[in-house]
Amino acid sequence: MTRIDAKFAELKAQGKRAFVAYVMAGDPDYDTSLELVKGLPAAGVDIIELGVPFTDPMADGPTIQRAGQRALEAGMTLQDSLDLATEFRRVDDTTPIVLMGYYNPIYSRGVDRFLIDAATAGIDGLIVVDLPPEEDDELCIPAQKAGLNFIRLATPTTDDKRLPKVLQNTSGFVYYVSITGITGSAEAQADEVGPEVARIKAKTDLPVVVGFGIKTPEAARAIAGVADGTVVGSAIVSKIGGGEPPAKVLDFVKSLADGAHQA
Amino acid sequence: MPDDLINSFMTGPDEKGRFGIYGGRFVSETLMPLILELEAEYEKAKTDQSFWDEMDFLWKHYVGRPSPLYFAERLTERLGGAKVYFKRDELNHTGAHKINNVLGQILLARRMGKERIIAETGAGQHGVATATVCAKFGLKCVVYMGAHDVERQKPNVFRMRLLGAEVVPVTSGRGTLKDAMNDALRDWVTNVRDTFYCIGTVAGPHPYPAMVRDFQSIIGKEAKEQMQEAEGRLPDTIIAAIGGGSNAMGLFYPFLDDKEVRIIGVEAGGKGVDEKMEHCASLTGGRPGVLHGNRTYLLQDDDGQILEGFSISAGLDYPGIGPEHSWLHDTGRAEYVSITDAEALEAFQLSCETEGIIPALEPSHALAHVMKIAPELPGDHVICMNMCGRGDKDIYTVARALGMEMGEGD
Repeated sequence: MTRIDAKFAELKAQGKRAFVAYVMAGDPDYDTSLELVKGLPAAGVDIIELGVPFTDPMADGPTIQRAGQRALEAGMTLQDSLDLATEFRRVDDTTPIVLMGYYNPIYSRGVDRFLIDAATAGIDGLIVVDLPPEEDDELCIPAQKAGLNFIRLATPTTDDKRLPKVLQNTSGFVYYVSITGITGSAEAQADEVGPEVARIKAKTDLPVVVGFGIKTPEAARAIAGVADGTVVGSAIVSKIGGGEPPAKVLDFVKSLADGAHQA
Repeated sequence: MPDDLINSFMTGPDEKGRFGIYGGRFVSETLMPLILELEAEYEKAKTDQSFWDEMDFLWKHYVGRPSPLYFAERLTERLGGAKVYFKRDELNHTGAHKINNVLGQILLARRMGKERIIAETGAGQHGVATATVCAKFGLKCVVYMGAHDVERQKPNVFRMRLLGAEVVPVTSGRGTLKDAMNDALRDWVTNVRDTFYCIGTVAGPHPYPAMVRDFQSIIGKEAKEQMQEAEGRLPDTIIAAIGGGSNAMGLFYPFLDDKEVRIIGVEAGGKGVDEKMEHCASLTGGRPGVLHGNRTYLLQDDDGQILEGFSISAGLDYPGIGPEHSWLHDTGRAEYVSITDAEALEAFQLSCETEGIIPALEPSHALAHVMKIAPELPGDHVICMNMCGRGDKDIYTVARALGMEMGEGD
């Protein structure tokens, strides 16, 4: 049982939906980012999605692209992202951390070495956008063997025929992408997302969390209401990009978490 | 794997879309169903005679194929060694080999009922070809082009707009081909239901590398027959320039199992292949990684971050290379070398002076390597080089590099 499994069990017992917050590791710099991440659990964040900067984030919109650029310009590497998690773990040993990013930095480091380092750093799960089930041998299967959850994205284009394949080697939770598009673009609609979540839940016992296109406490509440939880990324990242200090960003995060937890 | 252990080099990719360890389908889930649909559609078309009949008709009457195989006599004399032939794909409609592939993909898009076509372009040749075929079939066309390339390839930008395409300048990254491809993928993921992504080179997720190669293989197929006619035998050496590698794959593929034919791919060496990384020679100066849907050699730093390439030629300015080239490189079936900007410029001028052919900067790289090896080879050694594009689009760049005044237009 990973921290992710434990967290969902705990939320279920409390009758609460999960609030997942995405921030880019090292945005705008390592120290500010660490301060922010350390403040997330107290702001009501149940699971932290920690973005790993990459030069070519093909599934991300301009907000997260720029966050990655800021982090890279500040000198962030994959090792720094793991170090940030390690430092966080010194003050918090229960809040799950999911690393989210692209495959090349992991492949470049070497999958085996990366998995050992990630587990040591206290990472609980991985979301790697450019690894569909067709490439499960690359990282998904080895990650599960190393005790990490591999969280898969299901999307509006994942039809019933394909869904079992997507769910097959998924663990932790299923991340439903609310729109066909990139992060931070169109707004997710609860009345469209609800039936899709139900469709997925009919095929799996895993929690289904919805992300992409959720920007306000109201939206977080509406979407969490039709799922097991909700993810907000770009809306938080754009506050960081706008130069707001961590305390102000955390106030905003708290409003989102409160929204999701009211669902 | 040593070359003599492989029976055929023409059987790839495998069912996972791999050439050895290269290739694959490294895309987001949103795109995966469409990529599988495309693969199924392509497999159907491949064995459908009516598909190829339509291709052959358009290749002949719209593109102007077959392109000539031309003996470059004065160039051969000047170099004083091997006999040099050009495969004249610069004479195609739209001025480059790109249209060979675009026609195939647009016919597939029509079969799939897609009415909106997107493309990425570097030098603009693929964008022009896509805009052209879209105009012919009345399809909506959106072309992503790095802002830097929009600037250095103005004539092609104007051409695309004349043809009714929307040209979107891409400002992320350094504004070159890699960034244009990122934005095209972002568009595709957003508009996946009605949009067909017409990739311009032998890269991207499976089935693109194989599909684009198959459409471009008309180059090598014709060259093989024409060389039989001209010399009564196969060429000794075939040479082509490589950015993503589509014109090269098109020339090489039909010759892969003719083991006596030496195959040379020429990468863009920019200012020189050294630790400063001001080049686009992925095979010479990169290592395997995953980008844009496939595993292949990439220019990247120690952390797996992708580096920007550098080349005088916008069409070669890409930090990756098609996965089949990576495999041919590792197996040793093909050799890969690099040519600097300065060498390519010299070749550009030599082609103009000796043959009256203004080549694009891309094949000028291939020609520069011919200039290096031909003088050392005997007179009965036959080289076939792919003259994959004409240089009209490059005259401003060349003028600037040579310090000449062009007056208007730049």
